[in-house]
Amino acid sequence: MTPPRPALDLSLLPDGGVRWLDASGPDSGIVISTRMRLARNISGYAFTGRARDGERLRMLAQVRDALGAVPSLGGSLLVRLEELAAVDRQLLHERHLVSKDLAGLDPQHPVRAGAAVFLGESVGLLVNEEDHLRLQALQSGFAVPQAFASVQRLDRELGAQVPYAFHREFGFLTACPTNAGTGLRASVLIHLPGLVLTKEIGKVLAGLQQMGLTYRGLYGEGSEVVGNFFQLSNQTTLGRSEDELQDLLVRVVRHVIEREEEARRVLVRDAGYIIEDKLWRAYGTLRYARSLTFDEAMNYLSGVRLAVGLKLMTGLSVYTLNKLLIFAQSAHLSRLEQRALTESETNLARAKYVRHVLVSEGGGVE
Amino acid sequence: MICDNCQERDAVVHLTRIVDNAVTQLHLCEKCAAAKGVETTVAITQHPLGDILQAVQQQAPTTSEDASVCSFCGATARDFRVAGRLGCPHCYDAMEKSLRELLRRLHGSSRHVGLRYDPPVTHVATPKPDSVHDLRDRLQRAVDTEQFELAAELRDRIRVIE
Repeated sequence: MTPPRPALDLSLLPDGGVRWLDASGPDSGIVISTRMRLARNISGYAFTGRARDGERLRMLAQVRDALGAVPSLGGSLLVRLEELAAVDRQLLHERHLVSKDLAGLDPQHPVRAGAAVFLGESVGLLVNEEDHLRLQALQSGFAVPQAFASVQRLDRELGAQVPYAFHREFGFLTACPTNAGTGLRASVLIHLPGLVLTKEIGKVLAGLQQMGLTYRGLYGEGSEVVGNFFQLSNQTTLGRSEDELQDLLVRVVRHVIEREEEARRVLVRDAGYIIEDKLWRAYGTLRYARSLTFDEAMNYLSGVRLAVGLKLMTGLSVYTLNKLLIFAQSAHLSRLEQRALTESETNLARAKYVRHVLVSEGGGVE
Repeated sequence: MICDNCQERDAVVHLTRIVDNAVTQLHLCEKCAAAKGVETTVAITQHPLGDILQAVQQQAPTTSEDASVCSFCGATARDFRVAGRLGCPHCYDAMEKSLRELLRRLHGSSRHVGLRYDPPVTHVATPKPDSVHDLRDRLQRAVDTEQFELAAELRDRIRVIE
């Protein structure tokens, strides 16, 4: 029998890895977070999917040795995913610190030897993801230039220590040609209940696809849209510079924010009391329900978030709402209860946790 | 729900119109919506891999590069079609022509215009841990994938080092 694996010590994570939740950034009522990701590979190794275990481990060793000369990740925490129990890998994924692929959460693709993440202040380095290296920066709110500056600094420092695979014509080379070129995926996590309720969302999403952006759910590629949270990001990575890709995201997201604000004004003007009633009912359910599924919780939280945005509800901070978004997920609840939970137990624990937070942090809700 | 227009296909586009304070709802299938010039909403996010494989499959089924083998990792164009992922950075050279076409379809361009990069000079860079182990792993992969010419070459290189 294998000995039980020690639980991940979350106190070691810089800021618990969730500073991006603190709602301190610009437009943080509508834009929860901004993420910049660069895909890089190291010359001299097969890509992760084709590499053998030994190659992946040696590549990780090379990166670890290089970090002494990479100030962006000074004092960072190295987490070896293969050493963690599934619940802890899922917890890191729920905090948006590692991808589903790296965490090995898909039963078809278990965690790989050498899968690791270096977690620093506002930047992270994923090793042995689909690409050897995924550099990422996460910031609170709509903060594209700040997030890009962080990830670019890490990129410069690391690229001076390990040789990236770079092609004169195709740019940075990646395992999947959809990421080649800049390797940049610039994205925002945005809350668009107004556009969904006024049924304008389809047009907006179709429009942004024509502009070269794409959308996904809360957890990126392959995840469903729940609670009216969308991840908007650039669709292509080649043929436009890093600056152009950022500009595109900024312009389109600014436009989407304006459309969302307009939709909210229309809602209040044309359906004021109906909306107000609906949103307070969402609060009432969260405040008193005894069992909540993840989708239910997300949908009601979306309503309460909208009510706070419309100033129909006061006494609840956006930070508290952000925290509920992340901490009411199953691996977090399992850690809170200090045991493995069945699905129905998870729903009970979720309702209990949400009630507790709403009482302790939203006591003055009016 | 069926299409208000043709009364045949499933409605996938739902239009809400407000004219003179009267709200009308129109439910259309994709075809009728397109015929009426309505922008269709895209309800399902497409996995980027879906796009690639489609694009690759649209290429001639057997190009001259189909037979080409990456001299570094032993991957073939066929491997790429199956996995949707390339084997290593050198695959971009081995399959350059078809990849250029694919990149154009995916991104609208195959030319990188972003940040230029020069790898660090060897004495500054953090050294690669162990090249004999790398060669052995490459040899094993070549044997596993029945790339015997590549395997023989790698075996010779290992002998020289040892």
